[in-house]
Amino acid sequence: MRGAPVKSLALHLGLIALLFALQFVLPAYHHGNLARIMVMAAYAMGYNLMFGYTGLLSLGHAMFFAAGMYGMGLSVQYLGLSAGSGFLAGVAAAFALSLGVALLALRTSGVAFMIVTLMFAQALYLAILHFAPWTRGDEGFVIPRAARVFLGLDLADPTIRYGAALTLFALVMLAMLCLVHAREGRVLVAIRENEPRAEMLGYDTWRHKLFAVTASGTISGAAGAAYGLLFGYVGAAFAQVPYSIFPLLWVLLGGAGTLIGPFIGTLFMFYLIDIASGMTDAYMLAVGVALLLLTLFAPRGIMGVIRERWVRWLP
Amino acid sequence: MQGDWTMKRKSLNGALTRRNVLKGAGALGAAGAATALPGVARMAWAAGSDQPIRIGFQVHRTGIGATYGRWYERVTNAATRVINEAGGINGRPVEIVAEDDGTDPKRGAEVVEKFANQHECDIAYGTLFSHVVIGSAPRAGELKIPYFVVSEGHHVASGMLNRYTLQPGITDVKSQVQAMAPFVAENLGRKVTMIFPDFAFGHNHRDFFSEAITAQGGEVLEKIAIPPTETSFTKYFARIPRDTEVLYHVMVGPSVLTFVKEMGEFFGGAGPALFGFIDSLEGVDIATPGLEFLEGSYFWEGMPRYAQPDDPDYVKYYREQVGLDDNGASVDDPKDVSTNAHMFACWETLFTIKKGMEDAGYRGPQDRAALIEAVEAIDIMLPGREHPQGAKVFNGRTHQVFGEQYISRVKKGRLEVQHHTAIEEGFYPDEVDYTKQPL
Amino acid sequence: MEFGPHLMLAMLEGLVQASVLTLTALGLSLVFGVMRVVNVAHGEFFMLGAVFSWWITQAVGASPALGFIAALLLAPLLVGLIAALADWLVLRRIEYDPERTIVATIGLLYIIQQLTLMSFGPDARPVPPPFNSRIALPWFEWGEGGLSLYWPWGLSITSYKLFVILAAPAVLAALWLVMARSRLGLVLRATRIDGEIARTFAIPVEKVYALVFGIGAALAALGAVLVVPIQQAHYLMGGDPLLLSFIVVIIGGLGSLRGTVLAAVLIGMSDGIISVFFTPTLAKIIATLLVAMVLVFRPEGLFGERRA
Repeated sequence: MRGAPVKSLALHLGLIALLFALQFVLPAYHHGNLARIMVMAAYAMGYNLMFGYTGLLSLGHAMFFAAGMYGMGLSVQYLGLSAGSGFLAGVAAAFALSLGVALLALRTSGVAFMIVTLMFAQALYLAILHFAPWTRGDEGFVIPRAARVFLGLDLADPTIRYGAALTLFALVMLAMLCLVHAREGRVLVAIRENEPRAEMLGYDTWRHKLFAVTASGTISGAAGAAYGLLFGYVGAAFAQVPYSIFPLLWVLLGGAGTLIGPFIGTLFMFYLIDIASGMTDAYMLAVGVALLLLTLFAPRGIMGVIRERWVRWLP
Repeated sequence: MQGDWTMKRKSLNGALTRRNVLKGAGALGAAGAATALPGVARMAWAAGSDQPIRIGFQVHRTGIGATYGRWYERVTNAATRVINEAGGINGRPVEIVAEDDGTDPKRGAEVVEKFANQHECDIAYGTLFSHVVIGSAPRAGELKIPYFVVSEGHHVASGMLNRYTLQPGITDVKSQVQAMAPFVAENLGRKVTMIFPDFAFGHNHRDFFSEAITAQGGEVLEKIAIPPTETSFTKYFARIPRDTEVLYHVMVGPSVLTFVKEMGEFFGGAGPALFGFIDSLEGVDIATPGLEFLEGSYFWEGMPRYAQPDDPDYVKYYREQVGLDDNGASVDDPKDVSTNAHMFACWETLFTIKKGMEDAGYRGPQDRAALIEAVEAIDIMLPGREHPQGAKVFNGRTHQVFGEQYISRVKKGRLEVQHHTAIEEGFYPDEVDYTKQPL
Repeated sequence: MEFGPHLMLAMLEGLVQASVLTLTALGLSLVFGVMRVVNVAHGEFFMLGAVFSWWITQAVGASPALGFIAALLLAPLLVGLIAALADWLVLRRIEYDPERTIVATIGLLYIIQQLTLMSFGPDARPVPPPFNSRIALPWFEWGEGGLSLYWPWGLSITSYKLFVILAAPAVLAALWLVMARSRLGLVLRATRIDGEIARTFAIPVEKVYALVFGIGAALAALGAVLVVPIQQAHYLMGGDPLLLSFIVVIIGGLGSLRGTVLAAVLIGMSDGIISVFFTPTLAKIIATLLVAMVLVFRPEGLFGERRA
């Protein structure tokens, strides 16, 4: 197993290189889609840290995504921050929220944890509506084109946008890679597999879970802030229940507890909807059936199956 | 700026006198004549390019907008058929490329990209829900694809969007609401309580109506915002002050019927005069059991749902083409009630697109900027087959159209038009000049 | 409206909500208690019950009362059968693995929603109540002549809403009888306590599971049949009941039927009562956070037993 970290580093760098190369060959439509998918995949990777590696199932992750998005959007809109500082403000907002939520929600576990996260997310969504004079409620608001410039680069330009999305994606992926190969990552997996045993071995599992939730929420918030900047819109829809369910689906589809899984899942789901909606109005039906088939025949997700059958060293 | 508007009003008055002359004379002969001669029209295509003009239609087929979306789609198909039978646009047939956006802003933006980059549409069109418009518009601006929305939101005229987003088919909420205040104050009462959904659409009603009724010497006693996702309303009606003379209500979403029913049960025949936006009952049959108490109450309508005795020929033509019976339901299914107070704007927007493309000599995506300029130059829209809802003034700087509004009263379970507001009653100072933005 | 009548009105409305919620949440609680799985599609079974109710009353046509009775009998049955079938085809095959069940039921949720949209359309469909008259309610005040009654503006309830408030306890009593007295109840309780041991006593656990899943869905559908004459049937209406039932089941202590009933009344009522004191959306935020905090500080629920 000694070669595993090297192999996995090569694999993930390879994926990043492939994504970099793809921008030169993809037609405009798919080029734009991939930029979107990479941002959403960063969100899914954040989710995966908590769910796939630590075994904490949250049904309210949209609140972290939205915290990043609104933290960025509101500070750009009302404090006049630049894109870069706005992004950091978004990340900071998500960090603060996830720390607060973690401190409270980690008192619970299992189904109660799912519900508590769901309730907090619902409260944030309602708060966004309640503070409509600033948030513009459900309609949301547009980030002015002039504010979407980072280091002189126009984030609305397709090439720049793609590059920015790829940078975010690569940073999150490499950070995750370091994490899962580090001791911390192995402790998290130990908690997922058997929390009492991890505790017995002398680990302060609560502290590790606190780290997992906070890191996961912060990454999700970074994705939210980036999404708002790159696509110019901040809206309450992103704080609603479906956006909490999506990362769960992406991760499960791609393979929970694998690094590439969230990306594969996001990619697969995006094109499943995109292609199915071209053929039928009933694309949600296609999604539903896909989910059923997946649970029936590939419960570990696409990458999970690949890991089980062929590539045992996949992180 | 002020001077401009005075000019516009003058020319408008001129146009409106002409309206009576033109009325019934088959106002827009071209459409009528070609309908009678479909063979000729088809031959005309051969002369032009046989490549259709592709209009990307962002439609709410699923999600909370689906009731509206279905009717938006029917009207769009009807208008497209009429346009094509009359020879298409610039001699080319029109093709509608519809994509469901799930009434979701993220999917909405993706759909706009799909129109621009994959389907190779000439323009994008047709969105209703404000959050989808606001989520999609930045992408339309970046992709430089003209984006014609049919949303009635104030977002276009507020200056939040961009030069590529236009709303030439339907008056925005700010203007609608403002035009209602004089009638309400004169006929129903001056002490008003407002009930509205607690999101941006409702807040527009709250802010703009409060302002307008105060200008009429009235006052708003209480503003009751209902949280979205609410399914039971009685507890909120208890907040209505006793000295309320008029209850102003507007609600949207699947629970509208519960809302109105519970309002009736709450008052039990007593209570203040009711003035509502038909949004509270759009797509719902007024004759539904439990709604009897609405008899005698007033509604805003963008365009009358029920056929009126004095309907001009062009309105009859529109209703016939869309497939509406006299009650504003589908001719195929009397229980399938339309959203006519909004959907007419799909028809009108498509005809405005046609005019814009003809004025610009539009040939393909390279002429998109010229199309925007041509539409910005449109000023007065005369009532007729192309504009069955009535006369309109388009403000090229704010990209927003202004039209007359209808106030109807429920009589024997039908809505009868009582009053038309004048277009000028809905004017307000410009908040943006999009023409200053680069194309 | 004065404070007293306002509070009373809010409580009456809360009771109506609580009644429907009790039935819906009981269904979810039963499934969780016996099968130890979380059914995310539970709200969709509620929605199906509502839509079927509309469909059946349309088909019966004649009188609203007749249609209502038909819906009351048929809609839960139909929904129960669909749920049992889904259990047999899907959940049984994934061996009721908790996580996979969540994903599978999310899949079911999408499928049911989309099929309903395609077959019944996107409109909110009203169902006429079998009877419905407005009953004005009196309130008292200290006047010059001491205590006197008067009829405040708007303080009223309808006969149908009263019926709903009374129907829920009746269904509860029937359910309790079945659980406590019948052989079926015995089998359910045995399976709930320990599925493995139940199996050794020749209880066909898989069939019991399908039955329980069906009954759980039927209870949701029953709640929906009761509520559609007040609210309308709509293909997206399942979200709220799901969320609320979830909360109720957790607050009540997972799998505890008695706790579920108490929690449903508490949650249903508090929604109404909090709305008296705060502006509506703020009231929702406070109610939501309150529930979250209860869970945070009593994770086993208000009425659950403390686990080690």
